[in-house]
Amino acid sequence: MRTRLHALVATVALGIGGTAVAQGSTMDEIAKYREMLADGNPAELLEMKGEALWKKPRGPRSASLEQCDMGLGPGKLEGAYAQLPRYFADTKKVMDAESRLVHCMMTLQGFSETEATKNWFSKPGQDSDIEALITYIGGQSNGAKINVPARHPEEARMAKVGEYIFYRRSGPQDFSCAICHGQEGKRIRLQDLGKLTSQAGAGAAMSTWPSYRVSQGAVWTMQRRLIDCMRQARWPEPSYLADSIIALEVFLQKTASGTVMQTPGIKR
Amino acid sequence: MKTHLLAATLALATVSAHAAGNDIATPAEQIFRSGFRSDNPKYWMTRVEQDEAMRLCSQYKDNPPAKVRQKIELTQKASIRYPVDGKLIGDWKEGEKLAAVGTGGHIGFIQPDPPGRLRGGNCYACHQLAAKEVAYGTIGPSLRHFSKLRGTGDDVVQYAYDKIYNSNAFNACTNMPRFGLHNWLTPEQITHIVAFLVDPESPVNKD
Repeated sequence: MRTRLHALVATVALGIGGTAVAQGSTMDEIAKYREMLADGNPAELLEMKGEALWKKPRGPRSASLEQCDMGLGPGKLEGAYAQLPRYFADTKKVMDAESRLVHCMMTLQGFSETEATKNWFSKPGQDSDIEALITYIGGQSNGAKINVPARHPEEARMAKVGEYIFYRRSGPQDFSCAICHGQEGKRIRLQDLGKLTSQAGAGAAMSTWPSYRVSQGAVWTMQRRLIDCMRQARWPEPSYLADSIIALEVFLQKTASGTVMQTPGIKR
Repeated sequence: MKTHLLAATLALATVSAHAAGNDIATPAEQIFRSGFRSDNPKYWMTRVEQDEAMRLCSQYKDNPPAKVRQKIELTQKASIRYPVDGKLIGDWKEGEKLAAVGTGGHIGFIQPDPPGRLRGGNCYACHQLAAKEVAYGTIGPSLRHFSKLRGTGDDVVQYAYDKIYNSNAFNACTNMPRFGLHNWLTPEQITHIVAFLVDPESPVNKD
């Protein structure tokens, strides 16, 4: 009896030990891989391409984007991404980096909205100017603190709308953003999940986009990230630049405010 | 007369509760819904509709007061349907497969699932089950040794079935989907997952 009990205890201990070792090594390998890649983040190439696109005369008006006002004044890019989304008096709208960039492509360069947003994300064999430009614009906020206090009434309203959407459950899996991103220290399969309702959690997430995604072999913008979250929730995908996505960004950036930007990031 | 008065009072109470707690709800719903393409198939758009439980859970950020919680749990319990033959324990090997499948049901223009793609329970996304699968999530509790710890009594079997069919019958606004209610899994598929949890031969209990 005693021997059997010992054997059982040993088996259980081995079982648990084996699991922990296997898991630990998987996580270690992922961490190592990330470290290796962070040394030469492929997004840096895209950042350079974005800078060239920003400065090159393009579109029907053959104008560059250098006079684009991303919120800090025409041509002032340093730290601009970290303060978006924000209310813009000229459009009377709360705009994020991507909707503002598209606005500049239309007003300064003369592109139609359809032309400007045609390739808003890349596919194998199809580059996206918006991805390159946003990677460049994001990089210009590197080291800046996220600062979206949402004090303007329209910004405050969008932050509330974003919070409402964050907790809104629907679809054939009863999902909301909160069920995966409302708790501390959880993971889905082996993927760590951030608690996006805390400054630390939202900060870790928001400070590292745009980000190179190893699993996708591409840089993803925040719009792309959030639109795909909704796809994973088994909802229809929102339109690019939809106010619902911008509202979520305001809510998340407000929560993340104070965190230092480190873009482009690199993720699974 | 009395009934009318009661109905009117109730209606009033509902309206004021809505207005007091959630004045952002109306514009936020409008913004959320108008974010989708107008040429989306109607079937897709049914996925943003909310039933009463979803609406209440959203309103209370998944933490409803006791009375609302009880109401949700009662109505959800009443939704549970059973297989026609009444057997709640299926084939654990089928259940093992379903527990691992996380695909299926994605819609949209960018990356939809091909039609007919197998939908599973995706249990490992949130739960530990068989010891050999180390890539398990932690949103839900570990279910390893499910029946080794709880036994294989009728009450345990029924609880497992009911919980998978409609998780909100026991814990209103839990993170866990209501697999049976949404026809995400058929009653038969649920019996397979029940078997995966309770069969002593299943790796959930054996290893």
